[in-house]
Amino acid sequence: MIAKRTIPLFIAALVGVLMIATYFVPYTEKWGADAMEMFIILAAAAMVLGAGNLLLLNLSKISNRQPGWGYAGITLTAFFVTLIIGLFKIGAMPTSSAATNAWTAPVVQEGSPFWWIYKYGLVPLTATMFAMLAFYIASAAFRAFRAKNVEATLLLGTAFIVLLGQVYAGVWLTDFLPTLESYVAGFPAASQEFVLAVGMQVKAGVPLTDVVVGGVAYANMVGEHHALAIETNNYIGGWWYQLLNGLRLENLTQVILDVPQKAGNRAIMIGIALGIVSTSLKVILGVDRSYLGSAD
Amino acid sequence: MGMTGMKYAVGLLLAAVLAWTTQSFAADITLAPPTDVSVEDVPDDIGTQMLVMWSTSPSEAALVAGKRALAGYAIFRRVAETGDGLESIGEQATGASEIGFPANFDFQAEQPIGSVSYGRTRFVDENVEAGSTYLYAVAATGPGDTFSPLAVAGFAVTAQMEYFNVGKLWFLIIMLMISLVIIGFVWYAKQGGEIKVRPIAGLEAVSEAVGRATEMGKPVLFVPGILDINDIQTVAGITVLANVAKTAAQYDAQLKVPTARSLVMTTARETVEAAYLGEGRPDAYNEDNIYYLTDEQFGYTAGVQGVMVREEPAACFYMGAFYAESLILAETANSIGAIQVAGTAMPSQLPFFVAACDYTLIGEEFFAASAYLSNDPEQLGSLKGQDIGKIIAAALLVLGCLIATLAVTLDTWRGWQIAELYIKDNILGTEGLVPNEEKVKIIDANIAVELESLAQQPHGGGDGS
Repeated sequence: MIAKRTIPLFIAALVGVLMIATYFVPYTEKWGADAMEMFIILAAAAMVLGAGNLLLLNLSKISNRQPGWGYAGITLTAFFVTLIIGLFKIGAMPTSSAATNAWTAPVVQEGSPFWWIYKYGLVPLTATMFAMLAFYIASAAFRAFRAKNVEATLLLGTAFIVLLGQVYAGVWLTDFLPTLESYVAGFPAASQEFVLAVGMQVKAGVPLTDVVVGGVAYANMVGEHHALAIETNNYIGGWWYQLLNGLRLENLTQVILDVPQKAGNRAIMIGIALGIVSTSLKVILGVDRSYLGSAD
Repeated sequence: MGMTGMKYAVGLLLAAVLAWTTQSFAADITLAPPTDVSVEDVPDDIGTQMLVMWSTSPSEAALVAGKRALAGYAIFRRVAETGDGLESIGEQATGASEIGFPANFDFQAEQPIGSVSYGRTRFVDENVEAGSTYLYAVAATGPGDTFSPLAVAGFAVTAQMEYFNVGKLWFLIIMLMISLVIIGFVWYAKQGGEIKVRPIAGLEAVSEAVGRATEMGKPVLFVPGILDINDIQTVAGITVLANVAKTAAQYDAQLKVPTARSLVMTTARETVEAAYLGEGRPDAYNEDNIYYLTDEQFGYTAGVQGVMVREEPAACFYMGAFYAESLILAETANSIGAIQVAGTAMPSQLPFFVAACDYTLIGEEFFAASAYLSNDPEQLGSLKGQDIGKIIAAALLVLGCLIATLAVTLDTWRGWQIAELYIKDNILGTEGLVPNEEKVKIIDANIAVELESLAQQPHGGGDGS
């Protein structure tokens, strides 16, 4: 009971409190790093358990001729070939300082058989698995975006806008709606630079009284520039332009990503943070002991 | 003259040109040193960092033959060991009163401790020792190993280790507040207090899924994520596994748990064995059903996919930390018609699970799962504590939004401006308990300017539109 419950619970509580302390007390940072190193050593030792389990399981599959036993054979072959080549540094070039000792070669040396297995075996296989994700996304999206009910229809509509807003087709589809550039293009060439400078500031939320163009503040603008500044402010800052410009798909996409998406994401993050605090406390206080298994 | 002789001559010519340009550069300009060199001990650390600051050298803008004359700044230091010893190449340990830089400082013999490019005005020395006193000097550097005279800091500073990181004080206060609420509710439940928890559809479905697998005579697959046992999501996944294993033991369903980490495998074995033992079915427990595949992310994914396709489990549970493999697994299980329940705290993977699985435990629901399934009053109490935490978070959010809005709208009201600063810099930032005096002064100055401009504006005036 003491060995299987009390001591592990005590270690969990101690390390848990220590890891919290490392965040607030600079002096304990090294202790936290030491605790993590101990975990890494433990995990490395446990690798032997994992490898042993892998061997036993696959050997029993082969000996029992279980369905798919051929795959077990491939797994074991790959395991031993990689292990032997890596462990004995077969084909790797020793360092120049100890040219006769093959063991001085780096573990992963460019051009060595071990590197070759990694570069031309593991990496392409991993990339293949990752590439399959594209097709799975398509099939999942196809199911998720079927307009079965109101919620699914909303999801479909939102996804449609966001997808279109990310590609040129979206920009092209709503190209007729006004932008600052299209507004500026309506002015004579001599005034365009000035209108653009005012428009950019108004768009960024700068009040007209604080607008400065070419070192000249709004209060000091005279004649045509004064009139143009007011006209640009009224148009770019006006609700009509704001509405139409906001309906452009690329802008609508950005609003969806910045407002409802971000709000929802942050709500989830707050819930996750509270869940982590709660779960950690349960482990540290020993309220949740299910991960320890049986006391018998 | 042969080809070799020609090459030799060209080489000599190039060397001569190089020597002449270097000489001429040195003759053309004398670099001015930076000014106002000051040093601060970096706060809230273990005494291993010093911040050196200076104002740029007047030679920054100087050009020689169209090129920038000042390349950067070199930082030198002297140390006096007043605490633990310091061993560092190129330093002479002296008494605190003796440290200083001689007027004829030898730039060739002494190596700088660091250098930064032109335009920079800060350097963090990360190789100091707590308790030792340091004096710093900065010199501008130019091409060809040319240096300006040294600009020495006004005084030596001792590196200090802080016992508490004051910048994280508000974080600690909020964390303690939420922790106390959770502990309070755990204690309340322990005393027999009534705890009501709303039903969570995904968790209600656990029994249904395991029952379905039993009826179909197919196994149940539990995937505890791809991270190790030191990740809290894996711990949460293992506690859910304990409850799924109990149900599997009751229904006599076959439970399979492929893992990506050896330690997760051993933990899962202990947990499942305890669950079977608890249900009086130790004979039904098969250790070989909980096995290690590989640490490699997509190797593991391929292995689990293989299990799904070959053994066609009727129910699949994904509880833990997942990355890109989430959708690959969920879509494969979907193709074999398995009922799927997922739970993770990885926000980027949640949409994939929502799209492909029958039930998804989103974030906090996943962490609540073990308490909910265990029906243990103490654990249920922690859920209530979480709810109170959410109320606190929501109240702080509303209050923060309100203050930020008022601070923008009423920009001449000092109270709102200071409150906004306090929320941003102290509660959410790293300023600790007391607001930054400099920033408060800036706010006061801005308000004064604003009030002055308001007083000067004619009544009823507009923008002329």
